[in-house]
Parts: sequence; structure tokens; C-alpha cells
Amino acid sequence: MNKSKYMNPYLAGLLLGLVLLAAMYLSRRGLGASGGIKYAMVAMVGTVDKQHAMESSYYSKYFENGENPLKNWLALEVLGMVLGGFISGALSHRLKFKIEKSPKISNVKRLTFAFVGGAFFVYGAQLARGCTSGAALSGMAVLSVAGFVTMMAIFGSAYIFAWFFRKLWI
Amino acid sequence: MGPLSVLSEFPEWINLLIAFAIGIGFGFALEQAGFSSSRKLAGMFYGYDTTVLKVFFTAAIVALAGSQLLSFFGLLDLSQVFVNPYYVKASILGGIIMGAGFIMGGYCPGTSISALSIGKIDGMVFLLGGLFGAFLFAETYPVIQSLANGSYKGALQINEWLGVTPGVFTLLLILAAVLLFWVAELAEKKFSRPDITSDL
Repeated sequence: MNKSKYMNPYLAGLLLGLVLLAAMYLSRRGLGASGGIKYAMVAMVGTVDKQHAMESSYYSKYFENGENPLKNWLALEVLGMVLGGFISGALSHRLKFKIEKSPKISNVKRLTFAFVGGAFFVYGAQLARGCTSGAALSGMAVLSVAGFVTMMAIFGSAYIFAWFFRKLWI
Repeated sequence: MGPLSVLSEFPEWINLLIAFAIGIGFGFALEQAGFSSSRKLAGMFYGYDTTVLKVFFTAAIVALAGSQLLSFFGLLDLSQVFVNPYYVKASILGGIIMGAGFIMGGYCPGTSISALSIGKIDGMVFLLGGLFGAFLFAETYPVIQSLANGSYKGALQINEWLGVTPGVFTLLLILAAVLLFWVAELAEKKFSRPDITSDL
């Protein structure tokens, strides 16, 4: 087994916890990921069809102040995440274009489920006002009931659905 | 005393610079933990790799205990830190939809960004799906609006709800985490899949 190439999980958890604590101390908020995806989507819709964006009660609130929706804490944090992940991958020699999947399934199947899974996840995250980072992890760190409930709903649901999708993974 | 952005009245660009720096740390920690690998993440739900639980709960208790300690010593005003509001139905239904997405796609949004940053094509496609999901939510918002904004409970905190102090709850969560770590270590032995884990 060649597991040692990743950081010890408890040490990585300590590091992640300190990053979250820094966000709370410096910017009085938690971490996020799905929010950054939302701002990217809102900016794209604003570029492609500005009229639709201004007429919709959903999009228009992101254009009210006249600024680009990407000039936003979460959007910049997500940009930083890409650089941070790249640095980590470079240091640990993991930079490589590849499709990661079980040898039992095809590339097309893996990528189809990746797309559908991404769509489900971010749709649910918009409904719950945050994903594993913004709702579950950051919510738990500030003792938010929403954080604990969302965490249990995500993992509980994934355990139940895991039985149906086991052929994708094992 | 923190939070610095409120109490020292940062201009917006400094706060955005902090966001970028925090993001670098966040992305670095996720990738080092192995969260750029979908098969490692999926291991959580079949028992062969429980890194998700160990990293997630360690991070939660470090940030929770750390912020409680900073508050106790008067270094952080926690009343200024954002507490996620609780919308009962939206949190539960949103969480269930997210769980289904997790096991189909193999990532969550943060970990898919981590995967993208080292070149995983499945991570990039997950993110494209994520953009589509956000678009779908925006376009279906008029229909789902009342569900999304219903059963609002405010920024309810779990210690209030249980009637204990934040310190007592923090201690209980640390004990629960230690118990979960022990179960996770047992699970990795019982559901061991060397054929998969040697690949990761």
C-alpha cells in the first residue's frame, strides 16, 4: 500500500481547521465552494443575456450594485483554491490530466455521472444555502443547527444512495 | 481583537485579498488530504477509506474549539461571525439532493475544485455539471422559492437548542469525534479494498 503520499488525515484536518479559523478571525465568515460556482454562473448569464439577468428576481440582486458578481469574497476564495491545489499537486507530484474511475466502468459512464452528480450537488447546495464546506463544515464550527442538519442529511443520503450506485465505485 | 475585517474596518480590496489567501490554504489542505481523488472520497461510503470523516471532523472541532478559546480569552467577538440561518425543509431536502450528487459524481463542490487544480478531468466535468445545477436552480427559483424560504428558524445555534453552554457542547462534539475516529479505523480494516486503495 502506498498511502503515505497523502498527508496524515488528522494533520490535514488540523490544517483545514486552522484555515477555517483564520477565515472566521479575519473575515468573520466560514469557507465556501458552491457559492463561488454560483457567482461564476451568474456572471456567465449576465454576459450572455444581460436583459434576462436584469428581469429575473433571482439574478438581478447580484447586479444591483453595478459591480461584476465575481468581485466577491467567495469567488476570490475559489480562485485561490485552484492555486492552492495546484501548489499541493506540484509539491506531491500529482499534476496529471486523467479521468479517475473504477476499471469496471467506461470513461463515458464516469463522466456522465460526474456531470449529473455535479448538477445535483450544486442544485441541493443552492437550496440548503451551502455545501459540505459552507453549510456543513463552516456551520458546525459556529454551532449552527443548519450546519449539523445539513451535514447529517448529506452523509445519510449518500450512504443510502451508495447501495444503488455501488457499481460505479466497487 | 477579531474579526479583523469588522473591527479594523478594512477596505474591501484587503478583504478580497484575504479571501484569495484563505482560498490558497483551503485548496492546499484539501489536495494534501487526498480530496482531489474521487475514489478516495467514495471510500467513505463503502468503508474502504474513511479519510473524509477524519479530515472533516478534525477540521470542525479545531475551528470550533479554536474559536471558542479565542472568544473565551477576549480575542474574537463571536457575535460578529456569520452563523448560518436554519430553514428546516431547505436544509434537509437540499442535503438529501447533495448526498445523491456526492455518490453519483464522486465529489462535492470544494473537492471537485481540488481535483480540477491537479488535472482530473472527472473533476472538471463535475464542475460543469455544478454550473448547470446552479443555472437550473436560478431558472426554477420561482417554483421552489416558497420551499427554499419556508420553515425559517433564524440563526439557531445547537447549544441553545440543547440548553447547554457552547463549551459543554464543544466537549461533547470532541468526544463524539473521537468515537467516530475509532469506528472509522475499524471500518477501514473490515471493508479493506487493497485493490482500490493501492491505486489512489
